[in-house]
Amino acid sequence: MLGEGILKGLAETAKNFVGSFVSAERLTTVQYPEQRIAPIEATRDFPFLVYDGNDWEAGMRCVACQICEKECPPKCIYIVKSGDKKPDALGKPQFYPARFDIDISVCMSCQICVEVCPFEAIKMDTEFELSRTDRFGGLLFDRKELAKSNEYYHKIHPTEAAEVDARLAALKVKSGAKSGAAATAAAAKAAAPAKPVAVAGNPGSKPEAGETKP
Amino acid sequence: MIATADQIFVLLKHWLIGFLPVGLQGVAGVLLSVVAIIAVFPTLFALAVWMERKGLARMQNRIGPNRVGPFGLLQPIADAIKSLTKEDIVPLRADTAVHFMAPVVLTVVVFMGIAVLPMGRNMTLVSMDAGLLFFFAMGASSELAVFMAGWSSRNKYSLLGAMRGVAQMISYEVPLLMSSVAVVMITGSLSLDKVVAAQNQYTWGLPHWYIFTPWGLAAFLMYATAATAETNRSPFDLPEGESELVAGYFTEYSGFKWALFFLGEYVGMLSISGLGTTLFLGGWSAPFAFLGWVPSWFWFFSKVLMSIAVFIWIRGTLPRLRQDQLMNFAWKFVIPFTLLDLLVAAIWRFMGDGWARWIVCSAILLIAYALMCGVGMYRKHFGLRRYRYAE
Amino acid sequence: MSFVFYLIAALTVAGGLAAILFKNTVHCALAVTVAFAGQALMFLALDAQFAGFAQILVYVGAVAILIVFAILLTRNSETPKDGVYSKNWFVGLVIAAGVFAVLGWAVLGSVRVLPGPGGAPTATPAVTVLDIGNALMGRYVLPLEIVALLLTAALIGAVIVAMHEKERAK
Repeated sequence: MLGEGILKGLAETAKNFVGSFVSAERLTTVQYPEQRIAPIEATRDFPFLVYDGNDWEAGMRCVACQICEKECPPKCIYIVKSGDKKPDALGKPQFYPARFDIDISVCMSCQICVEVCPFEAIKMDTEFELSRTDRFGGLLFDRKELAKSNEYYHKIHPTEAAEVDARLAALKVKSGAKSGAAATAAAAKAAAPAKPVAVAGNPGSKPEAGETKP
Repeated sequence: MIATADQIFVLLKHWLIGFLPVGLQGVAGVLLSVVAIIAVFPTLFALAVWMERKGLARMQNRIGPNRVGPFGLLQPIADAIKSLTKEDIVPLRADTAVHFMAPVVLTVVVFMGIAVLPMGRNMTLVSMDAGLLFFFAMGASSELAVFMAGWSSRNKYSLLGAMRGVAQMISYEVPLLMSSVAVVMITGSLSLDKVVAAQNQYTWGLPHWYIFTPWGLAAFLMYATAATAETNRSPFDLPEGESELVAGYFTEYSGFKWALFFLGEYVGMLSISGLGTTLFLGGWSAPFAFLGWVPSWFWFFSKVLMSIAVFIWIRGTLPRLRQDQLMNFAWKFVIPFTLLDLLVAAIWRFMGDGWARWIVCSAILLIAYALMCGVGMYRKHFGLRRYRYAE
Repeated sequence: MSFVFYLIAALTVAGGLAAILFKNTVHCALAVTVAFAGQALMFLALDAQFAGFAQILVYVGAVAILIVFAILLTRNSETPKDGVYSKNWFVGLVIAAGVFAVLGWAVLGSVRVLPGPGGAPTATPAVTVLDIGNALMGRYVLPLEIVALLLTAALIGAVIVAMHEKERAK
């Protein structure tokens, strides 16, 4: 019948109109910035540097290998290697970055730096409300701004962080077992100050020396 | 007391012009009414804009503007400030005189149409014998403004939009006028006051509005369709198709001139709803006899606002019609139906009072509609589109 | 001859003159619309409401648009460079004078209702829409039907011309 479709359409819009006042599924607007949708886990925005423990300088996993700097497509990472070495997450003395700058106005969030990092040191953040008043210097993040703790990493990417911790623990065990008895003592002595730091950092409960994580 | 509330604006006017010498009182009275209309209708325009944005939003599962003022009520004011402070850009090769005059002509003509609408008891600005004709004369003049706007911009797409707009407006003038002619025929007068007075009677508490008669319902539906097309509203807004021609004939207008076009369109919508209310919905008469104590102007404006709400509802529902579909619809469906409706109205009048005329008139209209549906569907003009897929 | 009459007359004559003197054709068409509107105001000033509004509805609303459409669809609306004065202006003058003479004779012949030189105005019968309707349906019904037939023929002719063009274009 002519006009039937129009009437059906009018009924549908009327339902939408009335429903938008009464039911939540008809009105799907989230009134930002008063309300926010929780980001999903795989959200990624700009990179950050992970550090274990409470001291961001001592616990930073980055060893300034500069692989991410070379692999970054828009070349937004600038690293200056330090002169001296400090023990890393596994206890070995490694270089550390004296300067680690990421220009987030250039960064395109491709995650290549994360994929190529062999030390699980750089991961993707989910923070997007990053407007600054200074267009150039304000969007150049330095080492201090980029450093965020492992707890923070667990908060934003729980499953990823758990996997990373598992891998690091396995690596640590392997490096501990490889050294042999004498080296074990030395490693234990070196690892002991390192491990409690690591233990304190991981709610995934680092095992004590000798135990292996299942 | 009830009469005072009903006539409050008339009494106010008489009190105000009482301060002036007798010679000036006539002119002053008219001027005062004109000022009142110029004050009231843009306020209604602001209200209509707010209703449109919130209403469309809710129909589309979102909230409309809600930051400016409570529930976004001050949003039209923000819009007005924005359009007043924008730079007025006139294209280099545009015809400056005509380009300037087009929004002026549109606004003037649209406001003049309001002069004959009876907005309450004794509240018609100019009570003319040929009031309806005056209204349509003003409506016809607004097409000229559309054409002037499109042509003076020296823009192919504006001109295209203007030509389409004018063709559409002329085609739908015919059903608009003819559905009103049915009302005129039954009332026996072109004066809008008499039309409302004829509908202001009650039988068993129900009013004698023309929409409650078979021919009146058909005429009202066709009037509503033609009114939607006359004011270039969805689903007939191809001339100003926002997704096709940018803004059609008013593409090259910015700032206040655009605001005047916008104003003209919405006030045109208000005035054509006002006329529809007067002709079919009983003007300022109350829906039930026992509600007669509510002031008459309240009924008029609430009916007009309800018509606007229906316009907005239809805009949120229907997709846009293509130009040829639009013209086909006018000439091949609506006009024959209005002619038939005239005949049915005549039959209604000559059959005299009684229940027989209801049955006869409704039967004729329904059979004609069914035949039109059948023929239309059969000839595949109006039916569901059947697609042929490539094999 | 009141002030209002002079005002409206000035508007109409100005519109007419502008229609002749403007160079841009569409401007001329719009000026002629102003002349039509002036004529409608004249009708209204004479209390002929129906004639006035019908004038606006038909002339301004339809005929003016027809004129501009015709201009647009048939020629460039660009300003002709050499001006708009014809070489045969004398013939034009003679024809215009002839038309004016005929109209003047017709108007003066129906001078019964105008106020005589004595200054005493004869009473003009108020013509309402009802009277016009009665006259159209009573005394002048044959011209009405003939005009309707003529308009229908014109409509059908227009459709046939347009249809034939489409078929030939195919």
